[in-house]
Amino acid sequence: MNRRHLLRTGLAAPALTLAGRLFAAPPSTPRFLCVFLRGGYDCANLLIPHSSSFYYESRPRIAIAKPDAAIGDGALALDADWALAPAVRDWLGPMYKRGQVAFIPFAGTEDLTRSHFETQDSIELGQPLTPQRDFRSGFMARLAKTLAGATPIAFTDTLPLAFAGDAGLASISLQRAGKSPFDDTQTAVLRSLYLGNRLESAVTEGLELQQQVAQAVQAEMAAANRGAISTRGFELTAERMARFMRTQYRLGFVDVGGWDTHVNEGGARGPLATNLTSLASGLATFADALGDEWNNTVVFVLSEFGRTFRENGNAGTDHGHGSVYWVLGGRISGGRIAGEQVRVERGTLLQDRDYPVLNNYRNVLAGLFASLWGLSAQQLETIFPGAPAADLKLV
Amino acid sequence: MQTLAFRKLLVAATAVLVVAGCASGPTPASRTSPDMPWLERMTFGVNSGVLADYRRLGRDGYLAAQLRPGDGRLPDAVATAIVQLQISNSDVAQLLASVVTEQKRLNALPDGPERQAARQALNTRGNELVYEARRRELLRAIYSPAQLKEQMMWFWLNHFSVFEQKANVRWLVADYSERAIRPHALGHFRDLVMATLEHPAMLEYLDNAQNAAGHLNENYARELMELHTLGVDAGYSQHDVQELARVLTGVGVAGPAPPHLRPELRGYYLRDGAFEFNPGRHDFGAKQLLGHALTRRGFAEVSEAVDLLVRQPACARFISHKLAVYFVADEPPPALVARMARTFQESDGDIAAVLRTLFTAPELAAQAGGKFKDPMQYVVSAVRMAYDTRIVENMHPVANWLGALGEPTFGHQTPDGYSLQDTAWSSSGQMSRRFEIARTIGAGSAGLFDPENGGPATVVGFPLLTTPVYYSVVQPSLSAQTRSALQRARSPQEWNLYLLASPEFNSR
Repeated sequence: MNRRHLLRTGLAAPALTLAGRLFAAPPSTPRFLCVFLRGGYDCANLLIPHSSSFYYESRPRIAIAKPDAAIGDGALALDADWALAPAVRDWLGPMYKRGQVAFIPFAGTEDLTRSHFETQDSIELGQPLTPQRDFRSGFMARLAKTLAGATPIAFTDTLPLAFAGDAGLASISLQRAGKSPFDDTQTAVLRSLYLGNRLESAVTEGLELQQQVAQAVQAEMAAANRGAISTRGFELTAERMARFMRTQYRLGFVDVGGWDTHVNEGGARGPLATNLTSLASGLATFADALGDEWNNTVVFVLSEFGRTFRENGNAGTDHGHGSVYWVLGGRISGGRIAGEQVRVERGTLLQDRDYPVLNNYRNVLAGLFASLWGLSAQQLETIFPGAPAADLKLV
Repeated sequence: MQTLAFRKLLVAATAVLVVAGCASGPTPASRTSPDMPWLERMTFGVNSGVLADYRRLGRDGYLAAQLRPGDGRLPDAVATAIVQLQISNSDVAQLLASVVTEQKRLNALPDGPERQAARQALNTRGNELVYEARRRELLRAIYSPAQLKEQMMWFWLNHFSVFEQKANVRWLVADYSERAIRPHALGHFRDLVMATLEHPAMLEYLDNAQNAAGHLNENYARELMELHTLGVDAGYSQHDVQELARVLTGVGVAGPAPPHLRPELRGYYLRDGAFEFNPGRHDFGAKQLLGHALTRRGFAEVSEAVDLLVRQPACARFISHKLAVYFVADEPPPALVARMARTFQESDGDIAAVLRTLFTAPELAAQAGGKFKDPMQYVVSAVRMAYDTRIVENMHPVANWLGALGEPTFGHQTPDGYSLQDTAWSSSGQMSRRFEIARTIGAGSAGLFDPENGGPATVVGFPLLTTPVYYSVVQPSLSAQTRSALQRARSPQEWNLYLLASPEFNSR
């Protein structure tokens, strides 16, 4: 598939939404969904460095047992060094085998505050770490501006910082079902209240989204009546996200919380495992619900930081640094562990505490965006200033 | 027909008020008074009570009364409703002990329907108590004449945010707001920090209950500096975080009985309700914090560390800036923040003094109408607008609206609290959801007058928003665009929707 060609020709005749933005990207424009795990998930208990005896020494209570082919529901060996947590193997295992998932260990940012909020902000802004950062310019907003035909949407209660910069970017929480929409007259009057106001496009888009969510909920109810399995939590969100992204929105953002496991995080089972299962099954649902369009979609899962490599005094882990990112998609070159790596042992830890960052998220995403949409170095520079693309050949 | 009747009604309502205005002499000063935007920021929305107090006390007197409101004068019906709540009549230490006992009992039961039912019953009860705590905060926010204090209650509950769904926090939030936050909402900042530090809700939420010598947990120590006192860019290091975590070892939640301690440690043991300082879990080694060697021992060392934190210039700036973001603008004028920070330092963190600097600042007037209301400000102001001093009987709808807008009290998962930036609350999904709530409030009693314990609603029908407050406060601020939108209403309910959805009503 020559995506660059399609992108150029497809954007030749864009239509306008009510919000006045470009809409109806050509059906071939690749989709991108960013999944932000807020709280700093413990990546070492997702992608287990099973060849490292140091891992087992460091986590006497929470380490996940070495993969054993005889155990059907234990960790799943991906290669000689890495294994997948039992909590996700049923969903990600088959996808990995099909080459639809890759993991990037030692990934993250140069921000060493180990503060959730500071580091989340850093990542969402996507700017160099200088005191002059512009808090009105998030990387997803800059991406959306560059890809003028790919309408963005955040599936969140409030607009994430990654979307800062354009008051009209859409956000909607899919956890709460839509009420009956306003009629045409009410919609027109409500819009008229905000003509010329800084919130004009947010209002227009919000009223449009309200109609769409109402339709989506109706469709789900119809499907449920035909005996569809009911889903909840992230799975429900995932199914609805797919509905939105299959048709109209090409750039998505969603956040998932509950990863700050300072106490009793568990190993093969426990709170972290439960959260991982919900995430992995939700992503599998998302892939299924997209149907053929999964082949034209890339999902990127990231988190603000990894956690301490050693368990703490409470069978949990504290704030660390390097993380493991996930890349998923129907046609990605996955089934492998991508990016720069080092052996996992005490000597390679950062400050004798956590994973180092060898794959900076800005370079990695720039590389991904370059091959996904055929962006020029100049375009990438506006999205991630000063971060040359690192091509991990995932797309 | 209906439309015509409605138009007549509107004209009639206007006429009556004009007549009333003439009868009572000259136009009230409030109509054009520049103090309306000022009052809108000092309150959760001007109502007849605020107007009366303001006219009686004048600007300076009103500010003084708001800064030192004493116990506030709640309407009798509200005071009675609060007194009757379970949370007003329970001891948190006993409650927590009984919950822990029950949790142990049901965890020992075999998996099955009995255990399921017991767990369900416990959850239901916990959720009831969280609702009661929300109800109490909302009753006061809507009806207390001490409006600035109630805004500060919300502000501090958000600043020292705890999440009811973590660990046993849901059993503790009512006591946390009542005993840790409320007594100090307009008091000294240091007392607030100490009160939250000594409360089991915070200690459970940020895991300090688990922090012990040799089993360090940094979670609370980090947020105490980053989110509660200094701000992330204050220059402390990872080493400071670890040192503060060591200081905080042993600060935790009391178990059923005091621990067995070596004789030399017994003098350090502290226990107050559900709070405990256990010297057996405390690291008594020497510590350096922010370049200072700490000299006191035991819990006195914790107190010494807090003193050190709250006296940092960074703390004065951090808290002043956050207050200014809440009350003034997303990007408050630096000179104003600097003056507030100076007041903070000179008054040793007197919150009322800092607020006086803020509310007497010329910069505040320059920002009038420029801040989009967050969900709490919006929902509370809408209920005050719709029902003025008439007491809402059922707070479930209000709590649900806050949930739908993503800002439920005690519902923020992470310790940073809800965003104070108005851009966080004005995205597309927020706008349409806010309009839905405007429609619900404008179209009927919305369940607000269904008694909490069942029974028929005491008020039916939709609220009439064309009140004296509307004419003196809201109408003069409406743009031609909004006035023309209101004229397109086909029913009073629609008129309510458009008013509550208007840009003027959604900002302050």
